Amino acid sequence: MSPNASRNRRPFLVEGLTALGLIVAPYVLPPLGFAPNTVNQIVVWGLFGIGFDILFGFTGLLSFGQSAFYGTGGFVAAYLLTQDIIQSVPLALVIGTLAAMIVGVLVGMLALRRTGIYFAMITVAIAEMFYFLENSPLSEWTGGENGIPGVPTPKFDFLGISWHVGTGWSMYQFLAACYFIGIVVALRIVRSPVGAILSAIRDNPLRAEALGHSVGAYKLTAFVIAAAYAGIAGGLLGVLQGFMPPDAFSFDTSGQLVMQTAIGGVGTLFGPLLGATVWLFLRDFLQSDFMQSTLHIGSAWKLVLGLVFVLLVFFLRRGLIGGIKDLYMLAFHRAEAEAEAAEAPEEAPVAIETDAQSMPARHREGDVEAGVILKAKGLSKRYGGLLANSDIDFTVRAGELRGVIGPNGAGKSTFFKMLTCEVPPSSGTIEFEGLDITGKGVAEVCQLGLTKSYQVNQLFTHLTVRQNLTIAALADIRGRFKLDLFANLMKIKGLQERVEHTLELVSLAARADTTVSALAYGEKRRLEIGLALATSPSLLLLDEPLAGMSPRERVATVKLLKSIAKGRTMVVIDHDIDSLFELVERITVLQEGRVLTEGTPDQIKADPAVREAYLGGVHE
Amino acid sequence: MFTWANLVSQMFNGLVLGALLALISSGLTIIYGTLGVLNLAHGAMFMMGGYAGFLAFEYTHSYVVAVVAGAVFVMIVGVIMERVIIRHFYGRPNEDQLLVTFGLSIVFVELVRLGFGSLSHSVPPPSWAGGVTPLGFMLYPTYRLVVVGIVAVALLVLYIILYRTRIGMIVRAGIEDSLMVDSLGINVFRVFMVVFGIGAMAAGFAGIVNAPVVSLTPEVGEMILVQTFVVVVIGGVGSFPGAILGGLIAGQILSITSMINPGYAYVMLFAAMTIVLLVRPRGLMGLRSRD
Repeated sequence: MSPNASRNRRPFLVEGLTALGLIVAPYVLPPLGFAPNTVNQIVVWGLFGIGFDILFGFTGLLSFGQSAFYGTGGFVAAYLLTQDIIQSVPLALVIGTLAAMIVGVLVGMLALRRTGIYFAMITVAIAEMFYFLENSPLSEWTGGENGIPGVPTPKFDFLGISWHVGTGWSMYQFLAACYFIGIVVALRIVRSPVGAILSAIRDNPLRAEALGHSVGAYKLTAFVIAAAYAGIAGGLLGVLQGFMPPDAFSFDTSGQLVMQTAIGGVGTLFGPLLGATVWLFLRDFLQSDFMQSTLHIGSAWKLVLGLVFVLLVFFLRRGLIGGIKDLYMLAFHRAEAEAEAAEAPEEAPVAIETDAQSMPARHREGDVEAGVILKAKGLSKRYGGLLANSDIDFTVRAGELRGVIGPNGAGKSTFFKMLTCEVPPSSGTIEFEGLDITGKGVAEVCQLGLTKSYQVNQLFTHLTVRQNLTIAALADIRGRFKLDLFANLMKIKGLQERVEHTLELVSLAARADTTVSALAYGEKRRLEIGLALATSPSLLLLDEPLAGMSPRERVATVKLLKSIAKGRTMVVIDHDIDSLFELVERITVLQEGRVLTEGTPDQIKADPAVREAYLGGVHE
Repeated sequence: MFTWANLVSQMFNGLVLGALLALISSGLTIIYGTLGVLNLAHGAMFMMGGYAGFLAFEYTHSYVVAVVAGAVFVMIVGVIMERVIIRHFYGRPNEDQLLVTFGLSIVFVELVRLGFGSLSHSVPPPSWAGGVTPLGFMLYPTYRLVVVGIVAVALLVLYIILYRTRIGMIVRAGIEDSLMVDSLGINVFRVFMVVFGIGAMAAGFAGIVNAPVVSLTPEVGEMILVQTFVVVVIGGVGSFPGAILGGLIAGQILSITSMINPGYAYVMLFAAMTIVLLVRPRGLMGLRSRD
């Protein structure tokens, strides 16, 4: 992904190059052996693949059932046109696309109940059902095995200029225009806040949810976008061929789309177009008279393609575009990469500025019991026979800085998970700012202003530091779900300021455009805190923020925590008791899932029961 | 046309299909459960079992040799596939595993098409199981009854391997928690290879046993694969009893609906899957730990 800065400098570079490419294609491709009809098929497959790439490449959902939407869009449009219900081809295409989107919503709601391989299997099964529906129960409308013949080509009459789209290159102009619109829309979507959140979901859906995004709704959005592209492409297939083939619904269609996208390059938007070019070129080439007469492998073209595909998945997992990018980087940017590596400080000096005023915590209006922000009563959690937490009462006052300590296995992390509603308690209630949040979802609770930084880093590892913080800040600025597909991420009010400020706060400004996987451990820990912080919580839970840090980093992080505690309530779990005593005002001690005692650091230090819990039988 | 005899006959057909689906799905589900890989080439394994058996039958004219050849050939293909390709994908994302096995399925189908052509082939039922058997109120093809018996025995063998042997214990432990099995000092890679071989063999065996019932084409595996997915989703991924239960249910749904209107058979199967997904997303016998 290119850095944000260069995008701003050259705002329409990609769009311009696409337009140029589409314009010169009819002059460049024929000498290479491409027939106009082949080029037209490539464009349709490329358009089909844009939506699939948003679903698979950007959101990480591999569907083997895109044929369902391709067929739906195509058959609806073809039916409307051939029955003379609608004369305008573009209008029929739009209605076909809408039909595909509606089907997408229904199928998506079902298939997205599960993830991973389950999702893949369910999409296959559903698509196959559509194939059977087309073939017999609906054959009265779809023509069954014969499909729908006689689909007309579009006619335009605009300002006295009339254009009747013909076949060959005339058809190409129409298809290329459609592709161009498709890619412009897709680029907008990818660069919108929704696009950013989709990438975050691909990387780490659990954290995206914990930061306050409604992951389910965004996944469904991606699914419906993919269905829309499939629908329009299906409609165009009918227009291109003058005939709507029943194969559009077949499993082969979905499979071919997946393979073309993987060959071209996943997560690039243009991968499917390139993949289709390779696919159809090889198909034509291997079936050409020359190959037939010399090697006799015409009938084996699909075998060759299958082998090429397996090898690509094996060795070039980012597809051709990914491979080209890597080569380019290797050839021209090696020096740059080395310089950047050298630039990375061995141990980043953490200069914490103490001004956290410009990032205030949220406060809910309402009748809140005298300054109490969090009140848990009788919290218990049982895992089978194991009682992890038992009858915990826990109250935190607004503005308080609280520590939670306890030996390993005392149930501290389980306790935090219940407070943020990651796991439901077996019994007991949790009140946050006077509101009962027991049983709510983790995203909802984060939206209310209660979030957590994790004991084990939960970052978006393939995104940059800046993108990570953007995802977190978006949750607070936009709410759980917003369909601003065409908004510019760069122009969202207050977003850049929030991200920059958080970068300063956790001292990662110098590393803002570094990919998270390239960060040092201490930097990742600070980003982990930064993610929670960027949602501007009024109550921040920190699960072992100092774990695994060097002594120098610990001192710096304690300073950081002190600075962000201003105007906000925090609860910190840590095993570094000295640091904690220095940091917090009150401490709760957990032992074996129960509250052992609670008090000021001095009281805790002096408490014999606490010593016993930690050291076990020091009194002999 | 609805008659009671017709219904019973269709239910027998459903039992034959269901038993086959149960066996194929068991193979798919134990591979996924143990290795974490969903083998999209599983349908191709089924198909190759049929063709390998067909070839063996052409030379020997022995049904038994054909069945053994089909099963053993596919087992060997499975073991080689695991060693040469799948092994490199354990550490890679699920999507890559899906892509590579999907690619392999195409390679297998096209290789068979190259060798045997697109036209269908058939293996006759063994002479001792030809003809029909009177069941009192109707006549039923003997071989289909034999299929149910053979598959039941195969499932029983699979059950004994899984639940009564050391390797079976390791496999079941691996389905629950493969990391833990690994850290207990068991050579997981060898277990993986064996499981992949057994799982593939289940599909290949079903492929050749089914060959006298339905004629062979290179595409025969594709349809079966999709049905297998539905079975596994209904039964619960990774569950051996779930695969059997799901297979039997799917077989009945497909054949009883076919009697009323063949066009809706698949739609009904899908409806059943939808209901299971809505009511019990993990499948009828799915494990909580597999998500």
